[in-house]
Amino acid sequence: MRTLLKMTWMEIKLFLREPIGAFFALVFPLMLLFIFGSIYGNEPNPYFGGRGSMDVTTPGYIAMIIGTTGCLSSPITLSLYRERGILRRYRVTPLNPLAVIGAQVVVNLAITALGIGLLTVAAHFVYNVAMPEAPVAFVLAFLLSSFSVLSLGFVLASLLPTARTTQIVGMALFYPMLFLGGGGMPRQMLPASMQRVSEFLPLTHVNILISGLWAGEGWSLVSVLVLVVMLVVGLTISARMFRWE
Amino acid sequence: MQPVIEINNLTKTYGDTCAVDDVSLAVYPGEIFGIVGPNGAGKTTTVELAIGLRKPDAGSIRVLGLDPQQDAFALGERIGVQLQQAALPDRMRVWEALDLFASFYRRSVAWQPLLDQWGLGDKRKATFASLSGGQQQRLFIALALVNDPELVVLDELTTGLDPHARRNTWNLVRAIRDQGKTVVLVTHFMDEAEKLCDRVAIFDQGRVVALDAPGQLIKSLNQGSRVRFTAPSGLDMSWLQEAPGVSRVDLEKGDVVVHGNGALMAQVAAALAQRQLMPPDLRSEQANLEDVFLAVTGRQMEENHAYAA
Repeated sequence: MRTLLKMTWMEIKLFLREPIGAFFALVFPLMLLFIFGSIYGNEPNPYFGGRGSMDVTTPGYIAMIIGTTGCLSSPITLSLYRERGILRRYRVTPLNPLAVIGAQVVVNLAITALGIGLLTVAAHFVYNVAMPEAPVAFVLAFLLSSFSVLSLGFVLASLLPTARTTQIVGMALFYPMLFLGGGGMPRQMLPASMQRVSEFLPLTHVNILISGLWAGEGWSLVSVLVLVVMLVVGLTISARMFRWE
Repeated sequence: MQPVIEINNLTKTYGDTCAVDDVSLAVYPGEIFGIVGPNGAGKTTTVELAIGLRKPDAGSIRVLGLDPQQDAFALGERIGVQLQQAALPDRMRVWEALDLFASFYRRSVAWQPLLDQWGLGDKRKATFASLSGGQQQRLFIALALVNDPELVVLDELTTGLDPHARRNTWNLVRAIRDQGKTVVLVTHFMDEAEKLCDRVAIFDQGRVVALDAPGQLIKSLNQGSRVRFTAPSGLDMSWLQEAPGVSRVDLEKGDVVVHGNGALMAQVAAALAQRQLMPPDLRSEQANLEDVFLAVTGRQMEENHAYAA
């Protein structure tokens, strides 16, 4: 336990020293909020059922944070640790290998939560976006979403040979999910056909789940089911395929 | 005496290549044991099998009385390893690495003296990426010692170090042994093995081709001595063959190499002086581990490098 704590604290420090990861998780979402907030404002809009542009897009930015840490940061870090022989060095100590994974998961959750917190507070105070209607459910949805996307990330780290390929495949998955899943523009603005396509992307369901809970509309059971299935499948594949070298 | 490492009939195959081929050896407490040979001879694979990083195809391994596969955690507590290919996260600081690794073990030593001892005292706050190759190497040795291990495994310890740093490192390795620890040293530098190791196993193509104290191996060659000097241009030196005590004269890369017995140096010097020849670099050479390798394999170490590449 002491080791896990030490490892986690170490990984948090390393994450914050790596400007790219910290930028995309903590700063970039705020940039998007301020850019699109300055363009569209947050006036009630009949197009969004009486809500404002930022009310609708903020959950999309949250999905983006979950996607960037789970689908990019964590798998790239793990791949890099394997490729460079860092995991190999850990393996010749009595360290339980699960502590390495555990630390990654905790760091991922901590950074994601921090990014979401910053974004939510900024959206609330700058654009008057309401705080989530159901905070406890909102936190549960955040945990389910993070674990689920992270398990997809672990699949990438398990199947792909190098950090470089993990990064490329991670981006190839992440960016379409970002733009079609509501992180770039509200999903309501997509043509019906693309809305159909986006329903096959995991991040869309993160967005649907969080939007629904934010607006007090309750759980979207379909999205919960999609994320749970992805979590189970992702964990099964990565538990079988993950290599330490 | 109970061996620290006992390997019997160990075999490991990758595809068609037999990386380790029926290797048996024993390492005893308190010695510096060298595993030497050209690149690709199976040295690292043997060591990785011994510390449980790889699974053997056949044969048995006991390290400190434990099975490296089944008792991996218990063994991890008691050994320290410096791997040939390893790294730390770029932005991890030296002190953080030692602090982190110390937390992996039930028992660990104070790491500040280790840093001072390995010349990293003023690099405490430096990040891993900012260290030079030699400093990273020394950090890995310090990490290998942080749990006060009974057995220390050092793989290609001095590769990439300058001659001065190499000699310093050798002294520190002797100091590790003098603390009562057992050291296994993997190296492709024959001179390093000869100077540092109490006993060596010479590996070639996955097999142990010789195993003894370096001095014994050299003595068993019965090679007599050699005298070497730069060949004077345009002069035939074959007449030296007739000098007393000389058995053979070779021309090697522009050097004349005289083989023989007895007071060879004096005899050769006298014969040369008689003809008014006084080569300034006239020197006596002793047989070394490279000669042992040549004798047991029929090949030079350098040839074997090209073969391995």
